[in-house]
Amino acid sequence: MEVRRERLGAGADGEFRARQLRAQQMLRGELEGPDLQAHVEQGVLTTTMEKAANWARANGIMPATFGLACCAIEMMGMVAARVDVARFGFEALRASPRQADLLIISGRISIKMAPVVRRIYDQMLEPKWAIAMGACSSSMGVFNNYAIVPAEKFMPVDMHVPGCPPRPEALVYGILKLRAMIMAKPDMAWRTRYGGRGTEEFVESELAVDPAAAHAIGVTGGGEGSRA
Amino acid sequence: MSELDVGTRPGGISYREQEESIELAHLPHPEHEELLTLNLGPHHPATHGVLRLITTLEGEVVRDIKPIIGYVHTGIEKTAEDKSYWKVVPVVERMDYLSYYFNAMAYCGCVEKILDLDVPPRAQYLRVIHLELNRIASHLLWLATGGLDLGAISVFWYGWRDRDAVLDLFEMSSGQRMHPRYIQVGGVAEDIPVGWAEKVRSFTKSYPARLDQYENLIDNNEIVLQRLRGVAAVDEQTLLDLGVTGPLLRATGNPWDLRKAEPYSSYDHFDFKIPVGTIGDNYDRYRVRMAEMRESVRIIDQALEGLPEGPYISDNRKYALPPRHELATSMEALIHHFKLVTEGFRVPPGEYYYPIESPRGEMGVYLRADGSAKPARVHMRDPSFVNLQAFKPMVQDLYVADLIAALAMLDPILGGIDR
Amino acid sequence: MPDATGLELIAQELRDAHGADAVVDTTYFRDKATVTIAPAVVRDTLAHLRDRGFRFLASVHGVDYHPEEPRLGVHYELLDMTEVDRITVKLRVPTDAPHVLSVTPEWPTADHQEREIYDMFGVIFDEHPDLRRILMPEDYEGYPQRRDFPVGGEPVLFTHNEPHNPGYWR
Repeated sequence: MEVRRERLGAGADGEFRARQLRAQQMLRGELEGPDLQAHVEQGVLTTTMEKAANWARANGIMPATFGLACCAIEMMGMVAARVDVARFGFEALRASPRQADLLIISGRISIKMAPVVRRIYDQMLEPKWAIAMGACSSSMGVFNNYAIVPAEKFMPVDMHVPGCPPRPEALVYGILKLRAMIMAKPDMAWRTRYGGRGTEEFVESELAVDPAAAHAIGVTGGGEGSRA
Repeated sequence: MSELDVGTRPGGISYREQEESIELAHLPHPEHEELLTLNLGPHHPATHGVLRLITTLEGEVVRDIKPIIGYVHTGIEKTAEDKSYWKVVPVVERMDYLSYYFNAMAYCGCVEKILDLDVPPRAQYLRVIHLELNRIASHLLWLATGGLDLGAISVFWYGWRDRDAVLDLFEMSSGQRMHPRYIQVGGVAEDIPVGWAEKVRSFTKSYPARLDQYENLIDNNEIVLQRLRGVAAVDEQTLLDLGVTGPLLRATGNPWDLRKAEPYSSYDHFDFKIPVGTIGDNYDRYRVRMAEMRESVRIIDQALEGLPEGPYISDNRKYALPPRHELATSMEALIHHFKLVTEGFRVPPGEYYYPIESPRGEMGVYLRADGSAKPARVHMRDPSFVNLQAFKPMVQDLYVADLIAALAMLDPILGGIDR
Repeated sequence: MPDATGLELIAQELRDAHGADAVVDTTYFRDKATVTIAPAVVRDTLAHLRDRGFRFLASVHGVDYHPEEPRLGVHYELLDMTEVDRITVKLRVPTDAPHVLSVTPEWPTADHQEREIYDMFGVIFDEHPDLRRILMPEDYEGYPQRRDFPVGGEPVLFTHNEPHNPGYWR
């Protein structure tokens, strides 16, 4: 999921200013031909259409029924009446991955199951997201042994929900954060509190950045800070 | 053949007549040599976890079935060998992830037996209360998912409503809804808070009425009767040969229940009945589990009535942590605490197999202790693992829809099967 | 439980019926009786105990006694439902000749359980109808539950070691 962030541009030569002037010209009837077309396309497609598409995608996530182990029970609890995920519009859990948006990997992924999970994820159509629910799918959890695999090793995961198992409310919190991410308004969370700007994991190219520099704010306490 | 039979197949046998006889061999059906092997794969909405069933079908009739498991194998037994005895409890709890107290109880019971450690009566009663609440919660989830499989989706919401109430009780007593690490070696982790007993009583007072509501909804429902009555019946001797225990065996009429036969943790203080069925079909299994929930409520009431005062964990400081206030005053308590938290207690060499009655059958833990602070072998004899072997006789020559219903009534938990 | 004397009687009967070296050892620990037998007589022993009333095979499981030899053990937990008695039958095989006769033909419950012992320990059950791996993938090499098999595991992924995550999907 790429999230592009553009400076709006202050000052007279910023892009925003240019757009403002063009809008003024359009209202006065002074824009014509290809300029007018370009202006309209820019305004409608890049801003409104994308936003609308993101809004629609985020509010109509269809999770896939992918219950592996104990977390599946709490995922069922999320669908149940007390923590009702239908109030957000996510109650249409589809069994077929072709019809699903979101793969909630609820439970430990054993090495026998990993190719199956990958296959299910591949069968899902774009845009698709994955939530690693619980400690086992994110990072081996209680069992750090030969038999299981963290989901990040073989498939991209958008959100990790910690817990063993996470309460249904915690899973809903995670899904709502994912929803905010999909609407391109990702929740900054700890980065606002600790000032960790520039450490967002959304853009892959940023991972080429020296991790020590990215964490210079000292959130991790400088354990690996001496890596050049 | 009534006038409703529209059309006949070549050979003069109508579809209707063909459908009525499962035994198709004698019919000159042109396609009966063709068998279709279908993979009800690990990812399937109705397989109760990641169970893979390679089904050989003739039309819609199941001729052969091969369950393939191992898709959630977590190496729990191997991990348990790597941790001290106290730390094995959370690992073992996550095995049969619906009856977590039972896993912990079987394991702690086994360790206590090898250690020859006495569990104080209050702890035993508390264990019984939590175990029976867990049995109710497990059966509720069985009911909820079973209803979902049959198509009665509203039962899912009702079952979860009560299950959330039970999980609230667990959260109140131990802090976690699932896998609370409440049952420890020597007793329970901490005493119940003030007000818990009243909350449990209010639950047990309202629950039988709810069970009545569910039974009114489901018991005499025509569709349920057609789908469950007389379907997937397996006789008692086959089940005994296959090592099946629990509600499946009790549905055939065999009243084998370890709570009555080999009472553990003061189950013999309570008066309760063992519900049994008659012929062991799906309907009997359903009724047995519903009746078991009622008996569990009775046990909980009696346990609350007679809950003795006293310590909630063994006094033996070599195996159980001293209470925190003692650490400030007593040097021995500090040393014990330190020893227990860092290395853990050592168990003298010995081997034991300790069985209990979990919601699915006989859950046994075989423990081999070699004198060190870590167990040398922890094996959980999981009831679902053995009960799965009974699946083939259950669904032999049934329709695929009945296979799904039979799987729901078998109540397998893949975490326990795969460990 | 058959008490200590009952256990000795059973052991004596087994010795009489199947040879003096059929029974290697008897143990009576915490009120539970255990008979350790030679691997060759496992079917006869279970049949004998079945005649004695222990008609339910509750569990078949394996142990690795490393470093004591013979290393691999297979235990059979038998239950008598009418008398409410339990008895354990144990046998041990070394790793270089881990063959045990399968009891599945007479005790169908041992089917999946013996497959699990094969998968986890490498004990080969002769005459088993379908001996293949049950919990691990079919082509897995190694017997995980043996004591000298490493526990394994993965380093936990944090943001600081995320660039070094293999990330096979990239």
